[in-house]
Amino acid sequence: MSSWLTKIVPSIMRSERKDRRTNVPEGLWRKCPKCDSVLYRPELEKHLNVCPKCDHHMRLSARKRLTVFLDADSTQEIAAELEPTDRLKFKDSKKYKDRLAAAQKETQEKDALVVMQGTLNGLPVVACAFEFNFMGGSMGAIVGERFVRAANLALEKQIPFVCFAASGGARMQEALFSLMQMAKTSAALEKLKQAGVPFISVMTDPVFGGVSASLAMLGDLNIAEPNALIGFAGPRVIEQTVREKLPEGFQRSEFLLEHGALDMIVHRHELRAKIGGILRKLTHAPELATEEFLSKETNEETTEALPEPPKDF
Amino acid sequence: MNPNFLEFEQPIAELEAKIEELRLVGDDNQLNISEEIERLQEKSTKLTEQIFSNLTAWQVSQLSRHPQRPYTLDYIRLIFSDFDEIHGDRHFADDAAIVGGIARLEGQPVMIIGHQKGRDVKEKVRRNFGMPRPEGYRKALRLMQMAERFKLPILTFIDTPGAYPGVDAEERGQSEAIAFNLAVMSRLQTPIISTVIGEGGSGGALAIGVCDELMMLQYSTYSVISPEGCASILWKSAERAADAAAAMGITAERLQELGFVDALIDEPLGGAHRSPERMADNIRQALGQSLARLQALDTEVLLEQRYQRLMRFGAPEAA
Repeated sequence: MSSWLTKIVPSIMRSERKDRRTNVPEGLWRKCPKCDSVLYRPELEKHLNVCPKCDHHMRLSARKRLTVFLDADSTQEIAAELEPTDRLKFKDSKKYKDRLAAAQKETQEKDALVVMQGTLNGLPVVACAFEFNFMGGSMGAIVGERFVRAANLALEKQIPFVCFAASGGARMQEALFSLMQMAKTSAALEKLKQAGVPFISVMTDPVFGGVSASLAMLGDLNIAEPNALIGFAGPRVIEQTVREKLPEGFQRSEFLLEHGALDMIVHRHELRAKIGGILRKLTHAPELATEEFLSKETNEETTEALPEPPKDF
Repeated sequence: MNPNFLEFEQPIAELEAKIEELRLVGDDNQLNISEEIERLQEKSTKLTEQIFSNLTAWQVSQLSRHPQRPYTLDYIRLIFSDFDEIHGDRHFADDAAIVGGIARLEGQPVMIIGHQKGRDVKEKVRRNFGMPRPEGYRKALRLMQMAERFKLPILTFIDTPGAYPGVDAEERGQSEAIAFNLAVMSRLQTPIISTVIGEGGSGGALAIGVCDELMMLQYSTYSVISPEGCASILWKSAERAADAAAAMGITAERLQELGFVDALIDEPLGGAHRSPERMADNIRQALGQSLARLQALDTEVLLEQRYQRLMRFGAPEAA
């Protein structure tokens, strides 16, 4: 990495190495953290951040996630007006207020959950997605409140609710306000359950702590993307507690499926069709013709020739 | 250093040691010595009052984990009668980190569920330091659903560092076990009163803590993460636990100001462990009052209030 390229795309390489800041805006090339293939960024984006070479699922922003999941032009954002506040005047090495401002600037989101109402192959749904780049997708009061409003909307309209989780857990800077969001979101979901309104939880890399131990595990169906890290306690905490090496594949989607915690693992490109089909069955909606199932993003073959990656990337 | 006293209590420990010494030599000049003992005891009480009138969040945190602090089974013995312990989740195992069973409170049958820590090394290990595994939460759920069937109010006692972070716990679905309890407790058709008697450690505490009324002992804590855990993540050093404790506002008093706590139960001077009997009396009284309030409500009203109580937490303030 001591070439001309370092000067052009230094931020990408550094961020990939440390596995932070996955959404570096600049740079035409990106290396797959799993198979090291050098990927043409527009091509990668077309594949919804799934490596075309090895199928590794990289993170996807909340807004992009919902835009590709819901039918084009069907979406309406919910509870966007809610903004986080610093009730505790929390300060560690930085002020919480400053951390919020930095996260808002970086992600262009007000907080770590985006909620939209729309249709999925014509079926009305409410969907929400966690923005991992916003303070690790952590759940504070606004995330909880938005989630509850989303659930309440689904309940009121009797339409399915889908959540894409990606979160490190509770937001420490909001202390007990944050912890109580676990109970608050779970109580809202229980109302849906009692009313027979479907809730599908999709877990994407990663889902831990307070989010895993509340809303994410409460789906009528718990679905995960391949190879996502999912658990209650983080692997490092467990390693320190039990003082032994963790088993291969521990806390990966496949591990959870094997242990009975998940209903299925679904490739990102098939989520839209799969969840659409499930929800149509659960709500007794008529079956769709096969071609309508296929989502526009995944079915396009690349026609144009791709540029060659630089040699020493 | 006297292990029965925390670091900030050492001046009290020194006085107490002096009193003890005087008692041992108490045979000659009895009169003078007993006067001296009395004087020192008064001084010790004053000193304790002084030190305890101005505790930091970190000091309260240490008190909440004091090795001699009464645990759930101590309170069950002191507050209730006719306790029958019920074991196991009927699926996998009996988790000793959570105890539960039916008993009577002033004659009235109730369901009790609580975290249980161990006193000596062997017992600590058996109780897994009060850190439940999924089967513990599933046992709790089973008892709560049983309480609902038989119309028994549920009284939970919270005292855990957190849910156990281990490979086996993850394999058996720690997250799911906690989440499921949160959901079901929100609509159980019987009153639920939760009392934090020591450490309220995060999701592992909340999993038996969704309630109609939350009570906290004066020197108990409730937090989203331990002060040490928070410090090592946000300050990059567990040494800054005192700062983290203060920043998160984990003490009963602070949490009452923030609107989370329905009743704060006073502790005897120097903390619950100085007089478990008096502590138990205070808890019994608070439980009785809370139960009377809740049992006066129709189930529908009770459940609506419980739901609205949860919805209030962190809700945007009305303009």
